[in-house]
Amino acid sequence: MDSDFEKLKAREIAAKIHSRVISSVEVTKYFLDRIESLNPEINAFISFDHEFALSQAKRIDNRIGSNDITSPLMGVPVAIKDNIQVSGLPTTCASRILSGYKAVFDAGLVEKIKRAGLVIIGKTNLDEFAMGSSNEYSYYGPVKNPIDNTKVSGGSSGGSAAAVAGGMVPLAIGSDTGGSVRLPAAFCGVPAIRPSYGRISRYGLVAFASSLDQIGPFALDVTDLAMLLSIVSGYDYRDSTSINVPIPDYASILKSGLNGLRVGIPKEYFGDGIEQTVRLAVNDVIRHLKNDNVELVDISLPTTKYSVAVYYVIANAEASSNLARYDGVRYGYRSDSIESLFDLYCNSRSEGFGQEVKRRIMLGTYVLSAGYYDAYYRRAMKVRTLIRDDFNRAFEKCELILSPTSPSVAFDFGERLVDPLKMYLSDIYTVASPLAGIPAMSVPCGKDPSGLPIGLQLIGKRFDEESVLQGAYHIERMMDVV
Amino acid sequence: MLSEYEAVIGLEVHIQLKTDSKIFCGCSTAFGGEPNIRVCPVCLGMPGVLPKINKRAVEFTIKMVLATAGTVHQESIFARKNYFYPDLPKGYQISQYEFPIATGGAVIIKNKDGEQKRIRLSRIHLEEEAGKLFHDTDDRCSYIDLNRCGIPLVEIVTEPDLRSSEEAYLFLSKIKQIAEYLDICTGNMEEGAIRCDINISVKSKGDKNYGTRREIKNMNSLKFIKRAIDYERDSQIQIIKSGGNISQETMLWDEKVGVTKLMRTKEESEDYRYFPEPDLMRLEITPEWIERVRKTLPELPDEKYRRFIRQYGIPAYDVGVLTSSRNLADYFEVVALVSKQPKLASNWVMVELMREIKETDISRIKVRPENLGTLITMIAMGKISSRSAKDVFAEMVRTGRNAEEIVKAEGLKQISDKAKIEKVVKLVLDNNRVSVRKYLRGKEGLFGFFFGQVMRETNGRAEPGLVNKILMDELNKRRGQ
Ligand SMILES: [Zn+2]
Repeated sequence: MDSDFEKLKAREIAAKIHSRVISSVEVTKYFLDRIESLNPEINAFISFDHEFALSQAKRIDNRIGSNDITSPLMGVPVAIKDNIQVSGLPTTCASRILSGYKAVFDAGLVEKIKRAGLVIIGKTNLDEFAMGSSNEYSYYGPVKNPIDNTKVSGGSSGGSAAAVAGGMVPLAIGSDTGGSVRLPAAFCGVPAIRPSYGRISRYGLVAFASSLDQIGPFALDVTDLAMLLSIVSGYDYRDSTSINVPIPDYASILKSGLNGLRVGIPKEYFGDGIEQTVRLAVNDVIRHLKNDNVELVDISLPTTKYSVAVYYVIANAEASSNLARYDGVRYGYRSDSIESLFDLYCNSRSEGFGQEVKRRIMLGTYVLSAGYYDAYYRRAMKVRTLIRDDFNRAFEKCELILSPTSPSVAFDFGERLVDPLKMYLSDIYTVASPLAGIPAMSVPCGKDPSGLPIGLQLIGKRFDEESVLQGAYHIERMMDVV
Repeated sequence: MLSEYEAVIGLEVHIQLKTDSKIFCGCSTAFGGEPNIRVCPVCLGMPGVLPKINKRAVEFTIKMVLATAGTVHQESIFARKNYFYPDLPKGYQISQYEFPIATGGAVIIKNKDGEQKRIRLSRIHLEEEAGKLFHDTDDRCSYIDLNRCGIPLVEIVTEPDLRSSEEAYLFLSKIKQIAEYLDICTGNMEEGAIRCDINISVKSKGDKNYGTRREIKNMNSLKFIKRAIDYERDSQIQIIKSGGNISQETMLWDEKVGVTKLMRTKEESEDYRYFPEPDLMRLEITPEWIERVRKTLPELPDEKYRRFIRQYGIPAYDVGVLTSSRNLADYFEVVALVSKQPKLASNWVMVELMREIKETDISRIKVRPENLGTLITMIAMGKISSRSAKDVFAEMVRTGRNAEEIVKAEGLKQISDKAKIEKVVKLVLDNNRVSVRKYLRGKEGLFGFFFGQVMRETNGRAEPGLVNKILMDELNKRRGQ
């Protein structure tokens, strides 16, 4: 049997499975072994279940045996971020407060993944309730960067990024509220996309900030990513914010690259605070695009400077309400020391939530309080509209916006824990697009001298994931040549 | 002593909508049964669930707004009301705040003297019901039943236009009546289908400024609402008279003791941190949708009242009773139209039928209205006496058979045959010769006795007018003998 499946793309593995060279069970076993041996070090998975995975793989092999092939990635294992419900498996959100909680239904996207015949192999680590940029805020410990295990993986979908980058699974699903898919993708050197708000059903995704949360896939290259995006996208009547628009076959349109697409370079994304290596790598890409005769346009997104502030007001406000249900009454963690109803709430939540989550709940509660609502929440919502308008104006001149994904490469553990503000600024380039509900992705664009990956961000118009993926494909090919 | 003061009252009425399913999930809204059986991940607030608005609940709300002449807004927004309580699984209630479905409108109430008063509404909005806690079953813990959680609720908020417990009572009765006409609520107050919060302050009569108000929470009985308002009004007047000040507080009615008790002070009042519900889109209600709903509106109580007066010419009091419920009004209308005897129909419905439905619901009564109509026709045509009609009706209540069938089977048809009645009259008089003599000597009160005897002999079937005449003639004949 062929070994080194981790060096193959998902579609290559699928092709082998579909032509019966190998079985889905064998592939699944292979990756389970990889997880067994690598996870103790990397900590990308919170849980994985041999029996659960193999019984799916067996069923899928049977379907393939009777030529019932429902997707080009059928039979390939996929990892799911542990804030997404997979019926029968635990959902921890990397929080103590959900200890012992087992999902009672499948998320909308999990239904699609099952229909497409992918094998759910395990649940990946994250910052508690997806709140963080480094994946250090997990009750189950931080995720290490598989490229350099002294560095953080990025967050909050650090487990998904590290699992794919570390060859523990060829495909993974994350979620992105303010950069949680793109940042770890950049830090771990894999492509990942956060599609338009409403493109993928949020039903079954544990809410952090409902108006910003969006699920996003990870893969080893842009083609796999495009294929996975086609599988998980689509309207879900149970999610009122999901939009019924056609789902293109993304993989089929990649080859046209940046042909005929204008790329906007926003000056606000290239200011102070970018690490030199990141600036050089991104500028390199821009130079190459120029050589490729891609039309580059200088644009301005003046409200960018407000986006981190606006994001943290709105996201925390929604989070303070979304996390109210974890109260120790019906499920999850309940404190042992309870004398009264107040104790039940107060002690369960104080003991069940981690520092960062509590910080955000308090900030969010504050900005919604009587007397502060207008100054914070209402004003943030107004600026959010301005940010959206900014993007709309920019998109009159271009189809794509290009920027670094993060001002830095993966940093050291503990480096930003002491300074929450510095941690929040890791998201400076990624928070604006979620506020506008538009698609954005990170694609690898080189490495710094120590070998740490650098990510480049492409932002597109609402529901124009095609252009974003085409641009990423173009850059990916360019990097192969370089 | 109390008369120089008056109460100023505003109500927040909650009406449970009787949609088949809950407001944000597919669970049934039925009442009763085992706890926690009509629940699903959505109404239990499990991680990852999302609400999905029930269009029927919106339509029911639009009906209420149209019936009270409010303005339906083309765009409204759901908002989260955040607070912790074990009957609230999500830690917030999805309600409406800055942008409710409707504003304005009014309800006309009428007191027993027929005086009308217009009670303005400030808003109508849609929200979800919470679960129910049981504290008395066990001393160590409380129990939670989440069956009720997510039942759609319409909240109607009035302006402070009410001035007495009687007016509050009339207003609530009217709301209940309208909701019943619209068929949007079971109207069952014991089951909590209609509840209200009462805002009440007192002021000197003639004073333009309102006093500080207190709120009495969660009342669900018309009787107790009256008592609670009267108690609270008197206690506020006492405080003011003794030089005290009312502070803005929330009270609870203790029905065992019959007093209102402090629940929380203003300082303890919750900050609900309302903000727009991000899991739901803005609620858009197009003019076309409103028109579609308007077309489904039934005739409303006030219209029906006016029409009954016009069409049937029966007394206002009767019309008031008959239109108090839509089912009763519909029932009466069939009886009246079939019998073509509106006054008689009204009497029968208000006396005989109402007596029967005191115990049960009108929908469960076996007597079909058209059958009662036929019975009344038979009375009017003299085919059956009123007395036998009552027996026939009793039989109809018992078996549901129709009047003609019963009359035929039981031989209850009225005797209008002059010769037959003469025969009975003669027989009665012959058998009571002593009494006849006494009568002829002037004891005229005995006429009723003879009449009764004749009726008894004919099992009440003899036509009374005829008996009267023949009896008189026969007695006169005997005067000469
Ligand atoms: Zn439910």
